[in-house]
Amino acid sequence: MELLQQFAFVLVTGISVWLFNRRIRGIRRNILLGRDHGLTSRGSEGWKQMLLLALGQRKMFRNPLVAILHLIIYVGFVIINIEVLEILLDGILGTHRLFAPVMGVAYTGLINAFEWLAAGVILVCVIFLARRHVTNVKRFQGSDLDGWPRTDARNILVAEIILMTLFLLMNAADTLLQGRGQPGYTAHPTGNFMVSSMLHPLLQIWSDSGLIALERTAWWLHIVGIFAFLNYLPWSKHLHIILAFPNAYYAKPEDNGRMENMADIQREVLYAMQPELAPTGSDTGTPKRFGAKDVFDLSRKSLLDAYSCTECGRCSSGCPASQTGKKLSPRRIMMATRDRLEEVGRLIDREGEFKDDGRTLLRDHISEEELRACTTCNACVEECPVSIRPVDIILEMRRYLVMEESNAPTEWTMMFGNVENNFAPWKFSPEDRDQWTKESS
Amino acid sequence: MQVPIMSELAARGETPEVLFWVGCAGSFDQRAQRITKAFASILERTGIRYAILGKEELCTGDPARRAGNEFLFQMMAYQNIQILNGYGIQKVVTACPHCFNILKHEYPELGGTYDVVHHAEFLQTLIDDGRIVLKEDGGFRGKKITYHDSCYLGRANGIYEAPRKVLQALDAELTEMKSCRSRGLCCGAGGGQMFKEEEAGNTRVNLARTDEAIATGAKIIAAACPFCNTMITDGIKVRERESETEVLDIAELVARSI
Repeated sequence: MELLQQFAFVLVTGISVWLFNRRIRGIRRNILLGRDHGLTSRGSEGWKQMLLLALGQRKMFRNPLVAILHLIIYVGFVIINIEVLEILLDGILGTHRLFAPVMGVAYTGLINAFEWLAAGVILVCVIFLARRHVTNVKRFQGSDLDGWPRTDARNILVAEIILMTLFLLMNAADTLLQGRGQPGYTAHPTGNFMVSSMLHPLLQIWSDSGLIALERTAWWLHIVGIFAFLNYLPWSKHLHIILAFPNAYYAKPEDNGRMENMADIQREVLYAMQPELAPTGSDTGTPKRFGAKDVFDLSRKSLLDAYSCTECGRCSSGCPASQTGKKLSPRRIMMATRDRLEEVGRLIDREGEFKDDGRTLLRDHISEEELRACTTCNACVEECPVSIRPVDIILEMRRYLVMEESNAPTEWTMMFGNVENNFAPWKFSPEDRDQWTKESS
Repeated sequence: MQVPIMSELAARGETPEVLFWVGCAGSFDQRAQRITKAFASILERTGIRYAILGKEELCTGDPARRAGNEFLFQMMAYQNIQILNGYGIQKVVTACPHCFNILKHEYPELGGTYDVVHHAEFLQTLIDDGRIVLKEDGGFRGKKITYHDSCYLGRANGIYEAPRKVLQALDAELTEMKSCRSRGLCCGAGGGQMFKEEEAGNTRVNLARTDEAIATGAKIIAAACPFCNTMITDGIKVRERESETEVLDIAELVARSI
């Protein structure tokens, strides 16, 4: 029986690690479909940002109350996973509370700390569920969350509540069995834990065998639940818990007002202006598409952004277009980019390579109207706690519309004409540019 | 007012301390011209050797680039850089945050590297250095003024305090809007929006922002961008507040207080 449990455990662990690894490799492949820029080494500056923005969650503290609640879940979730190490080893070796004898009193202290964190996580998850489903927090009401995204967010919170409850239930049953002198449990006496012992009155009436069954079931469900969650995570918005780190590393906050230069066009303009500099002979390089029509045309950083998004909606709350009822929502831009990238990924999985599916990010996922509503004010970039830049995707797609399709609102076409011919966006004579100097002030 | 033109200075073999980049709004828009004149008058009174490019100045290409027209932007940038480099310009000051941002961040990789400052910082430095002496009571003492953050000055360049310090130097009572500094709500003009009709929505961005400004009860809405100025002035007109609320550039406020 014992050996069978060990075998089952190793099997379950192996399968979940394999599945997780496969999914992460798939995501990596998808991100690498993007243009080769944006993911360059940032050196110590990158590590500093990772420490401040990802680990330190600095941007979250723009709203301190929510930041603290989120921090409780985060710290709870990450630290309690230290306990998973023991569970893993116990499962593989067929032991029970392997670390208890080694750590002595410290062990009880540590588990007590975990239990308080678990209680905190449960409490905050309940508050967050209420924020999403009871109170009217505007950024959770957006229609861009209708359907799966809203379910996804709820699943995560419920899963965390279940996992933490199982952890507490497991400890409660275990310590109760220790008190009853049940062999196998008395071998590693830990004494009661502070939070789980509160559950004892509920379990007091259970028989020994019932408690053992409960303890084993909770132990198994807890670890299987963690494995299940591990594999749910990369398919959900919860992936931000991992990708916030590389995304903060690669972010360039110093470039907030800077648009990516298009060196190809810079060169072409230079050769047009100074033909003597143009290289002789035919250019062998195939010109790539100007701007972005599909995910392949976006930078790898933008694609990493898409997978890092946790759909919190701070970007859209800050967006002047979203706030005034325009169709544009920066959150939806990120979600649409990820949806398209996933669509492309599935197609590659199926066909072995990308074959034109008659669909593109532009129009099938993001409309012209959305792209045209952006004021490039950078509020979305400023608000994002995980260093995402929705504005980069919008601007690249505008480049495609204008340069590949000559597709612009009439007023913009007129503005371009004015800039080109009159050197100002309005139809004034360039001769009058200094006219103001001749008028009295 | 005699505004020095760069080509004339160069002909005399003179170099200015700073080139005043006027920008298209500042050159052609009647409302923005007043800002330009106010800033030029400050430059003149402080005795700073400055010059403008005059007819040689071209659009930086910012609205074209942000609308998606990289070709046009590159063409404008190429020509401007030729002119600026030709005169050996070192330092540029401008009253337009869009010109400021693009000259500062996007011209260097095209070969145009200058020390670019926005007039908000420039004015603050002049006040700090005592080169601008404000009147004891320039008429703004204790007056409620609210400052509207320009996106390209604030979020894009982290300049939040300089314009506020200028306003504080006027002894005005600075009051903040519901969303300010890094959370400041856009006026609605950026990214080429100035030149097209807004997309469909339930209100206009400039009205949303104007309402925030009106809610402060300030009689003066200070701006540091000609486009923001236009958008909020329009908002004030729509809300029929012209008689009680004025939208002024920080340069105009300073010019009135010297």
